[in-house]
Amino acid sequence: MNEQLKPLLEIKGLVTRFHTLDGVVKAVDGIDFEVYEGETLGLVGESGCGKSVTALSILQLLRCPPAEIMGRILFEGKNLLELDREGIRKIRGNDISMIFQEPMTSLNPVLKIGEQIAEAARTHKNMTRQEAWRWAVEMLRMVQIPGPNSRARQYPHSFSGGMRQRTMIGMSLSCNPRLILADEPTTALDVTIQAQIMSLLHRLKDEFNTAIVLITHDLGVIAEMASRVVVMYAGIVVEEAPVKEIFKDPRHPYTQGLLGSIPVIGRKRQTGRRLQEIPGIVPSPMETPSGCRFHPRCSKVMNRCCRQEPPMIRLNEHRRVSCWLEAHSTVKKSQAGGR
Amino acid sequence: MTEQKEDDVCQPGELVTDNRFKRQWVKLKRNKAALAGGMLIIVYVLSAFFAPVIFPGNPSAPNLIKSLETPSVENLLGTDELGRSILGRIIYGSRISLLIAVGVVSVGMILGIPLGLVSGYYGGKIDFIIQRITDTMLAFPGFLLALALVAVLGVGLRNTVISIGISMVPLYIRLVRGCVLSVRAEDYVEAAKAVGTRDIAILIRHILPNVMVPITVQTSLSMGMAILFAAGLGFLGIGVQPPTPEWGAMLGSARSYLFNAPHVATFPGIAIFLAVLSFNLLGDGLRDALDPRFRI
Amino acid sequence: MLNYLIKRLISTIPVLLGISLLLFFMLRMLPGDPAQVLAGQMASPEDIENIRHQLGLDRPIYEQYATYLSRLVRFDLGLSARTQNPVIDEIWARLPNTLLLAVVAIMLACLFGIPAGIISAVRPYSWLDYLVTMSALFGISMPVFWLGLMLVVVFSVVLKWLPAGGTGSWQHVILPSITLAALVIAFIARMTRSTMLETLSQDFTTTARSKGLTEKIVIIKHALRNALIPIITVVGLQFGLLLGGAVLTETVFAWPGLGRLIVDSILARDYPVIQGAILIFGLLYIFVNLVVDFIYAFVDPRIRYD
Repeated sequence: MNEQLKPLLEIKGLVTRFHTLDGVVKAVDGIDFEVYEGETLGLVGESGCGKSVTALSILQLLRCPPAEIMGRILFEGKNLLELDREGIRKIRGNDISMIFQEPMTSLNPVLKIGEQIAEAARTHKNMTRQEAWRWAVEMLRMVQIPGPNSRARQYPHSFSGGMRQRTMIGMSLSCNPRLILADEPTTALDVTIQAQIMSLLHRLKDEFNTAIVLITHDLGVIAEMASRVVVMYAGIVVEEAPVKEIFKDPRHPYTQGLLGSIPVIGRKRQTGRRLQEIPGIVPSPMETPSGCRFHPRCSKVMNRCCRQEPPMIRLNEHRRVSCWLEAHSTVKKSQAGGR
Repeated sequence: MTEQKEDDVCQPGELVTDNRFKRQWVKLKRNKAALAGGMLIIVYVLSAFFAPVIFPGNPSAPNLIKSLETPSVENLLGTDELGRSILGRIIYGSRISLLIAVGVVSVGMILGIPLGLVSGYYGGKIDFIIQRITDTMLAFPGFLLALALVAVLGVGLRNTVISIGISMVPLYIRLVRGCVLSVRAEDYVEAAKAVGTRDIAILIRHILPNVMVPITVQTSLSMGMAILFAAGLGFLGIGVQPPTPEWGAMLGSARSYLFNAPHVATFPGIAIFLAVLSFNLLGDGLRDALDPRFRI
Repeated sequence: MLNYLIKRLISTIPVLLGISLLLFFMLRMLPGDPAQVLAGQMASPEDIENIRHQLGLDRPIYEQYATYLSRLVRFDLGLSARTQNPVIDEIWARLPNTLLLAVVAIMLACLFGIPAGIISAVRPYSWLDYLVTMSALFGISMPVFWLGLMLVVVFSVVLKWLPAGGTGSWQHVILPSITLAALVIAFIARMTRSTMLETLSQDFTTTARSKGLTEKIVIIKHALRNALIPIITVVGLQFGLLLGGAVLTETVFAWPGLGRLIVDSILARDYPVIQGAILIFGLLYIFVNLVVDFIYAFVDPRIRYD
């Protein structure tokens, strides 16, 4: 569905590493993916796999410890990494905005809610103070905050977590950006609120025709929202597929593990299996395992996996996976085809 | 390849190691300032210890022929109004100042730590009373409190130590009580209580070790403060009395000769400054290395 | 907010009582006869008898304290043993001088300390940061009276630009207030740096940057506004440091203030004046911290509306 469109955002060979006293930490270690206009791309993985760092690298919001960002981040064809400070500042909040995970701490406690929305509009859209304020109230109405006129004059501490996250959404949309990077936008919220926020985001995304990179570890959210999924593990992309296919036919053992760890009612009866967990933890970016990064935790590990990093194998136009299992089967297939 | 924009860069080499001791040691070692402070303290301690070797003779014996001489080979830092070697008096003065520093923190700790432990551990009425006393003492700026106590107790070395020591007590009470409150709810303390360990044993075995880090930091900083306060009292003429070679008192008498012999006031001040600086450097370094939460 | 202010006002009452108790017992802790002590060395037996009667030293201690307290409330602090003037008059005569020094010094301290701390925090581990943190450390390690003496040597003895002591003109204020400010500048710079470093690393600062605000706005409007709350508290606390420093500074520059009065009184064993001056210092400190808490309430919306 996307192939005829030009990608809005193209990430090519992105490496983000931090220089620390104990050595260089590669939080993101060479990833590629694209985001097309108006779509929702799910970026999935356990915590510590580099999802958030990827988002922060796009807007160059990483500060401490100092990050070195390499590769190319092409937004509408121009490389964001080649922009100067002023250039990237004009992109932030205007063309690409961000929603953060922690609504309780990501709003400034001593500034009025309205002001926090209005200032972005004032900066990028040359609005006057009054115009921007009216616009901020409008945004609050848009994200369904009741009584937006009086609410805009309040401070974050009188807002609930869900309302703050609505405010964040309103703030991120206030300059009508082409792309929103939503970093676990509902993780910190109650389950009932999560659903409301997600449907709000979904609706507004269509209204504003904004693309979203939805970063989450929650595959349920992905199933509802995303059209395509990129699965990350230990700083690299291990699998990419349209959302339906990833749920129907996950290829990478890690993706299979992620899906196996979601409870599904009736599965035990159907398959005779309990809820599966992936053994072990995400390796520290300081000590990346040899060969395939997933091999110490993989249930289908082979000799080769320990020694050699698997190549990225393109299965079709929409799908790719980085696993030796696939490499073997494609080789077999091509051999079979050769005969 | 793009580096982060220039002003987004902070210290290369943030620590991410999990090894606590390695982290602390590396941090302390990297903190050259703290190391310099520690070394300077050693110099002071050595000169206090070996004062009679470095400077034979009585530092307080007047030699009026040589009064107010500028620095020379014979008297490296010159002489004061009574012709006494300023260097000699500074060296002997380090004995007084270190004695005061140790005395003051001893008084502060002996009174402050038990009161803070009791106040934080038992809470209730006793905590309330101790806290009101602490509040009252803290209502006076530290130096004024010491001044008020000197007014009551009188001048001299012993009273200087007691006065400044008592003025430090509320700081220790506050510090220890705060730590106790945060440790008290920990599982291992609850567990010790549950198995019927006596309170005194819990306090000493489980709570005190947790308070040691902030106390160490506080003690280093307090020693600097004690030297500063004592010198202040000496300068005002209500601390250690002449002819004892106390740095502050030396400055106090040098004040009268500021116009014709400014060097007399210069060197004892540098001695105080460096001593206080070295304790502050060490204290800051220890804090950075040992306890990242505890910051001023 | 009114509730907060009232609560804060009430909370000073125990401290005030504590101070009065402290001062009450201070005299009774003195060795010897308090009446003799209060009257001074030169007093005649009749004078002593008079004071004994005045103080009601023969009555029970709680009654004595009650009398003492009621006189304290009316600012009746007794007579100076040295001059026989009412203590309160002696204090009123000196207080404006001390306040002048303190206010000028605190203004200097904020004017230099806060920007220095901000610069330091915005470029951490740069040479500018090292310069600021090292100077601040030097500042808090420096004996104020020695700094005062050195300033006199440079500006009065060598350059002859400024008077070495005394009062009378604005020139007289310069050296003492710089001396007094130095220490406080150092403390405020350190505090500003550490709170700014903290607010600059907080989530809302990243949010502000993600909105594409200029670095200036991120620093001033977002980070500094939040850092101001602890900074103001520290400025209030440093006022105490300033009062302590005033005692020394006033001695160096022969500045006729409250600090000098205390020292002279201690040397002359003039206990009514010592008592009175310490009381005023304590009250002043409590008052300033009260004001700080009120300002706090204005800056922090969380207090304003709770």
